[in-house]
Amino acid sequence: MVPTSYYVLLSAILFTIGVLGVLLRRNVIVVFMSVELMLNAANLALVAFARERLAVEAQVLVFFVITVAAAEVAVGLALLVSIFRTKRTADVDEVSTLKG
Amino acid sequence: MDLILFFITAVIAITGAVAMLVSRNAVHSALFLLLNFTAISVMYLLLSAPFLFAIQLTVYAGAIMVLFLFVVMLLGAEKVEDAPDRIAWQQPLALLLGLALLVVSVVVGLGGATTPPPVGEALAQFSDPRSLGALLFTEYLLPFEVTGFILLIAVIGVVVLNQRGRKI
Repeated sequence: MVPTSYYVLLSAILFTIGVLGVLLRRNVIVVFMSVELMLNAANLALVAFARERLAVEAQVLVFFVITVAAAEVAVGLALLVSIFRTKRTADVDEVSTLKG
Repeated sequence: MDLILFFITAVIAITGAVAMLVSRNAVHSALFLLLNFTAISVMYLLLSAPFLFAIQLTVYAGAIMVLFLFVVMLLGAEKVEDAPDRIAWQQPLALLLGLALLVVSVVVGLGGATTPPPVGEALAQFSDPRSLGALLFTEYLLPFEVTGFILLIAVIGVVVLNQRGRKI
């Protein structure tokens, strides 16, 4: 059996990579993908703790997170498509109309 | 045996994530993220959550990544980062903060008291998808229905956002 702490370690590493993706990349689609990576890292930690505590409820929570993430991706990508249509760019630095 | 499988899968997952971060082409990023999602689904199997393994493969690796690839190719947004960063100090600061986050989360994550992983009858019942399904349709029935409503709203939102010939 693999100790839970190994999974938590892996989850922390993946989450950090996701954060770096959001901070470093400027392609809006890659930024969005990094957000998904962070969600997955959090899910992994949840499932690891669920096994340690034998709590099926945590698996239910992960199921809900995955479903809502699917809805979020659909709406987010639709937003990206309509931004791209009006601005003709996928660079987050170019989308600064709201900047004061 | 489990430990060997874990380490192989962990290396694949981290490689996929790092490659997603550094590859310049968005299509390559999406494919590396697919690799990472598949590795995480194997992790779910190792954590005795077979239902989540199936959900991860069909929803994340299947539906979501197809959506990503489709949008990347539809927009032709594979490469946009030719110009240098507008904020010069953003990159080193991001690396520094990322490192700090990693250290903090590792310390917090490993700091708690750990109990040895359970084995035997209790684990077998835990890994049975039937117990998850029973919980989903009894105790968590209302959240389940709300999730269905959220998906409906997502469908309506996508249709409204991508209507042609109408300004929003």
